[in-house]
Amino acid sequence: MSNIPENLRYSKDHEWIEVDGDIATIGITDYAQHALGDVVYIDMPRAGDKFTTHEAFGSVESVKAVSEVFTPIAGEVTEVNDGLNDTPEKVNNDPYDGGWMIKLKMDNPLEADAMLSAIEYEEFLAASA
Amino acid sequence: MSDENLKKTPLNEAHRRLGGKMVDFGGWDMPVQYTAGVIEEHMRCRTRAGLFDVSHMGEIWVDGHGAVAFVNRLTTNDVTKLVNGQAHYSALTNEQGGVVDDLLVYRFGLDKLLLVVNAGTTDKDWDWITSHKNGEDIALTNASADYCQIAVQGPDATGIVQKLSDVDLSDVKYYHFTTGRVDGVESIISRTGYTGEDGFEVYAKPEFAEQLWDKFLEVGRYGEDDGILPCGLAARNTLRLESAMSLYGHELADDISPLEAGLGWIVKLDKDGDFIGRDKIAALKEKGLTRKLAGFEMREPGIARDGFEVSVNGEKCGVVTSGSPAPFLKKNIGLAFLPVEFAKVGQEITIDVRGKHLKAEVVPTPFYKRQK
Repeated sequence: MSNIPENLRYSKDHEWIEVDGDIATIGITDYAQHALGDVVYIDMPRAGDKFTTHEAFGSVESVKAVSEVFTPIAGEVTEVNDGLNDTPEKVNNDPYDGGWMIKLKMDNPLEADAMLSAIEYEEFLAASA
Repeated sequence: MSDENLKKTPLNEAHRRLGGKMVDFGGWDMPVQYTAGVIEEHMRCRTRAGLFDVSHMGEIWVDGHGAVAFVNRLTTNDVTKLVNGQAHYSALTNEQGGVVDDLLVYRFGLDKLLLVVNAGTTDKDWDWITSHKNGEDIALTNASADYCQIAVQGPDATGIVQKLSDVDLSDVKYYHFTTGRVDGVESIISRTGYTGEDGFEVYAKPEFAEQLWDKFLEVGRYGEDDGILPCGLAARNTLRLESAMSLYGHELADDISPLEAGLGWIVKLDKDGDFIGRDKIAALKEKGLTRKLAGFEMREPGIARDGFEVSVNGEKCGVVTSGSPAPFLKKNIGLAFLPVEFAKVGQEITIDVRGKHLKAEVVPTPFYKRQK
């Protein structure tokens, strides 16, 4: 069973966001990390980089494969989880907290409201199983 | 995609019960990893023991008075040097001196050899071998469906297999084998493997596969923190890569000479009698190689993958044949064909990792060598 915290919003590409004012923290969900397997490397952008909705902002590599990660909302990167590549296993073990990837200043906070709630994401996972 | 068209080993249900993530591996329904994950499986094999289903490999018997001469004619290594109970690593070569497959040759007797070939090339090898029979007094049998094969590898492997066997395994040296019982099951017990660790590969009738598998897990204390772990194809690949062992289709192919892949040590040009491709290989050795396989370590963050282009001094000149993280070494490593002048330890190379040009350095291989 996937862990899906209630207080976050979700995308169909298996990213989660946590909103605090106009800043969104973004990472990948428990479902995504489980599908990927052991994460060994995360390719991340830099503070100041700008992305549009659904643009790939980086990639997550497991032993066997690479997967792009998409931002569900448009914005400018304010902070990157720099230490993550020292302990990439945090993406697997702690995807919603220590495994956070970037913080984004949202161009349009309404985009966050349009994302899936925890229940909607859970239903989405069940439907695609 | 339905898995109904995929071939299954006798351990397919066992893999699923253990939480195996099943994938299509060359037409076989195989586990790429289990619940512990690739890194844990890899590490446990190096520190305690790993368990591998390799039942999809192929087995071909060559029986009769002409057996040694026949196999010696089709392979690069010297079959006449084998004694009963001994095996060697070898290659089937074509007329161009390229590799049809790499394999193990086991000598059971002067007129009884067993060839163990790769899963993906079994049919190709069978056709190759049978079509090259030329009046020799031999019988060829494709016995691939008659065997399951389970590998137990790691520092604890010998202890685990010994607990179940009536044979004194300390008498079975590396690249030697015996027949005997494992958990009461008639088996070929071979001190060989594809991980760089000590251990055994056990061949038995397929109806005993689950029994042996479950017994190895039990005796190996699967479930305990330092117990045996089943290892999937991903860990199998990272283990062999750390040990710089070739994988057919990557370091070896029909158009790659064993010399280019660093396998000159299994090519016995001076053995008695000719072998297919000998003259081309000898000519290449005489003329000198133009390309050679080299091991490298990434010097910038990033992972080189199979097929990525390699440049030296801004010029594209090579290709990665296998690339991956190395869980035990905690580095990102790989093998690549490079022009011979750049295939030297210390050479700086650049690898195109999805558009990013990352620095790497040629290093000695094997990357990992077990403490004896």
